[in-house]
Amino acid sequence: MKIGVLAIQGDFAEHIAMLKRLNVEAVEVRLPEHLKGLDGLIIPGGESTTIGKLATDYGLMEPLRQFGQRHAVWGTCAGAIFMSKDASRNQPLLNLMDIKVERNAFGRQVDSFEADLDIPELKQVTGTKDAFHAVFIRAPIIESVNGDAKILASVADGRIVAAQQVHLLATSFHPELTNDTRFHEYFLSLAD
Amino acid sequence: MEQQTGTFAVKKGLAQMLKGGVIMDVVTPEHAKIAEDAGACAVMALERVPADIRAQGGVARMSDPELILRIMDAVTIPVMAKCRIGHFVEAQILEAIGVDYIDESEVLTPADEANHINKHLFKVPFVCGCRNLGEALRRIGEGAAMIRTKGEAGTGDVVEAVRHARTVLGDIRRLTTMADEELMAFAKELGAPYELVKETKELGRMPVVNFAAGGVATPADAALMMQLGVDGVFVGSGIFKSGDPAKRAAAIVKAVTHYQDASILAEVSKNLGEPMVGRNVSQMPEAEKIAGRGW
Repeated sequence: MKIGVLAIQGDFAEHIAMLKRLNVEAVEVRLPEHLKGLDGLIIPGGESTTIGKLATDYGLMEPLRQFGQRHAVWGTCAGAIFMSKDASRNQPLLNLMDIKVERNAFGRQVDSFEADLDIPELKQVTGTKDAFHAVFIRAPIIESVNGDAKILASVADGRIVAAQQVHLLATSFHPELTNDTRFHEYFLSLAD
Repeated sequence: MEQQTGTFAVKKGLAQMLKGGVIMDVVTPEHAKIAEDAGACAVMALERVPADIRAQGGVARMSDPELILRIMDAVTIPVMAKCRIGHFVEAQILEAIGVDYIDESEVLTPADEANHINKHLFKVPFVCGCRNLGEALRRIGEGAAMIRTKGEAGTGDVVEAVRHARTVLGDIRRLTTMADEELMAFAKELGAPYELVKETKELGRMPVVNFAAGGVATPADAALMMQLGVDGVFVGSGIFKSGDPAKRAAAIVKAVTHYQDASILAEVSKNLGEPMVGRNVSQMPEAEKIAGRGW
């Protein structure tokens, strides 16, 4: 299996390190031709405005949309915003997932936090019992999921922080900043 | 399920989100919009860019909180602001208004000539400058969650940025080849905390994100720093002291993403208009250099 990580801006190296730990071939994607031969794609955390602008300037928007029709794609934080249909603001979006997001929904950096999440699907697929320790950095929330999109995880107050739409995945938090590879394993099960 | 804020993981984590990006100095909300539209991953809110601080002289202090707040309102990307070295009350004020990162910066006039701020006491993360690995690890020891090599701010001359990046990255390369029993002596030589020296060896890199700063003025300068091995680039006076800031800003952003692709670098380097008027650091009197500030 060969997984691409969109390497326009953000913490793509952290995702690649996680995939390598799972013995998966991982490559950086900066231009449309880099999508060839991939089984799945991760869009990392970073600044969604930066990623959207450069994806537009280098002709990646349409190729990414087409890739997402047939292959597994996972967006973390900025990546989740980029995959959404609606970010309540005018910026380039892939419209891949039928979700509406709100950027910086928890506040500014001083409000960034860590919390344990209970994610039944993740436990089931990986055969584990532990909660998932999640890191939220100026994180968005998923305001609403529509159509085929389903809620995967919420924080204690009920706000949605992870969603899945068949082979597409969006998380407000950053599994790549932890030592827990379970979310990456879960994504690989969708790419298989 | 309790939520913990202000942990080192979330402080360091924001810097990880900035990787592969360009952080631009801005002095007005309009500049901040231009920077955001050009693809900046964050802005540094200031009253004067370093080139003007140099030209005007006098004591350089934290910017007016009102200006910083107006810049925070203008953009959705993270906003950083500078406080003086050792001036922990300026830092408290910046934390109170909610900036996303504080730069304890040698570009401002130092408030303490022996000590830096105890950055562990804050929820807001700090970035600090360095010229070598020892200085970087001392700052991390004090709680910095991000490092930038200093270069020589406000000159448009990349030579010091290269010197400092080569020194830091060279120190790390040397460290990774050392035997474990040599680490204490190396920690002593660097003047750095032993545990952080050990951690750096194990990771094979700086324990936090490391950007380049101080003298980057062109897309080629930015890509040069990336190819040397830094995680991203600060551009201070280089953008808004140039002929066409919006175009140059966008070109530098592209150069940082495509830093290994010479044909893209050639394309983005075309027709950028006048670069900032530089000052040769080699012809500058020692007293005018600011990289030596920091202990």
